[in-house]
Amino acid sequence: MKNKYSIFSLIKNAFSNHENWQRAWRDPEPKKEYDAVIVGGGGHGLATAYYLAKKHNLANIAVVEKGWIGGGNTGRNTTIIRSNYLWDASAGLYDHALKIWEGLSQELNYNVMFSQRGVMNLAHNLQDVRDLKRRTHANRLNGIDAVWLETDEVKKFCPIINTSQDIRYPVLGGTLQKRAGTARHDAVAWGYARGADEMGVDIIQNCEVKGIKRNGDTVEGLETTKGFIKTKKIGVVAAGHSSVIANMAGLKLPLESKPLQALVSEPVKPIINTVVMSNAVHAYVSQSDKGELVIGAGTDSYVSYTQKGSFNIVEETLKAILELYPIFSRMKMLRQWGGIVDICPDASPIISKTSIKGLYFNCGWGTGGFKATPGSGDLFAHTIANDEPHKLNAAFNINRFVSGDLVDEHGAAAVAH
Amino acid sequence: MFLINCPYCGERDQSEFVSGGEAHIARPKQPTELNDDQWAEYLFMRKNIKGIQFERWNHAHGCRKWFNVARDTSNDKIEKIYKMGEQPPKL
Repeated sequence: MKNKYSIFSLIKNAFSNHENWQRAWRDPEPKKEYDAVIVGGGGHGLATAYYLAKKHNLANIAVVEKGWIGGGNTGRNTTIIRSNYLWDASAGLYDHALKIWEGLSQELNYNVMFSQRGVMNLAHNLQDVRDLKRRTHANRLNGIDAVWLETDEVKKFCPIINTSQDIRYPVLGGTLQKRAGTARHDAVAWGYARGADEMGVDIIQNCEVKGIKRNGDTVEGLETTKGFIKTKKIGVVAAGHSSVIANMAGLKLPLESKPLQALVSEPVKPIINTVVMSNAVHAYVSQSDKGELVIGAGTDSYVSYTQKGSFNIVEETLKAILELYPIFSRMKMLRQWGGIVDICPDASPIISKTSIKGLYFNCGWGTGGFKATPGSGDLFAHTIANDEPHKLNAAFNINRFVSGDLVDEHGAAAVAH
Repeated sequence: MFLINCPYCGERDQSEFVSGGEAHIARPKQPTELNDDQWAEYLFMRKNIKGIQFERWNHAHGCRKWFNVARDTSNDKIEKIYKMGEQPPKL
């Protein structure tokens, strides 16, 4: 049983110089056999294990992670959470996640620092205005809060934006989702890891999957760097490396893995009170609780697994940032990094069974998976436990690329890439 | 971030080029005879290899010609550049 985190436990531990905190999760060796094994110890994978144990009473579960938990895209994203997607299927999926976010810190007894500071999407040309207004209407029909802001209202909500009509891509308005915001990405992985561990889930770090053993069309287990693990159900949540795992099972996925970059500045006093995304000029920015500006850049056009992108991508993003926010012209950028994102042709994820019995994939989140972490884990756990998708992820099956029933969110959904 | 040796113009920065994705995906000869699975394979399914991948590139901000590249996607090292229509090299 884990001790409850509270103001009292904080005070109590202060008296012992914070040296006696209970361990948040164990570091077990893999058992010979599990009921289900999750491949990938990022936010989505840990959430999947958590909900499998919590809602589906599967206690004998392992999460295998090649590096350390939350060390991949969970710790590399720009922490933006929103659900203002265009299509009904996406609205259902992402708003399901947003609703879980709203009570997540309490549920996990772990402060994920969820902050509903709003996400604003700017329009820079007439087509943007039409698209964003259409999306606002679609959102409201799906019960998602969204409002259209005229240029002066944009300026009022976020005063540091340059709304002069003389710049190359002037601000012609924007949309605002007030329930949207940010969360502390590491805390999400740690909170789910602690919660899953408490229910008996084995979180096995530094354990790389080397092969998937099949007997005909049924999975039998995993070859890993820590030996063979027998299991009847494998849930793969390997983000940029999904295709690598799929190849081990002889499957091909409709994915391309590309570097996506982000950067943070030196910390400054609070200056930007919301998240501002600007698709047409490709710049988005928010401010972390430490005071750093968190800036998201774009993807490179080529497939790469190097976790570093091209300099010209960063340069273009910063040009746009400087035109929209002249006040940032003397800010120094402290760190820049890349993560490998797995992009689907329709910019929507895959949460699905496969043609191999017992093998499930949760992938294709591309550039925007963080926001969906709790919902993705919940729905993937449902899919694995019941061998059937939940109605909210039924549209996100892998077969849609054969039937043609795509969920095309490229551009239409304020997807920034 | 890397350099690409365009077979027509010489070595230039990668930012002058546009990636055209996986190479050697042949356009179906008889599109009307394809079933849905074959269409999905042609249109959407990709090898997405971590390692040496054969891909098409276009010198978009240069000669605008297409060519093939064998590149290691795990470290962005280019192994071989060859022209359109040529068979992939054995590496």
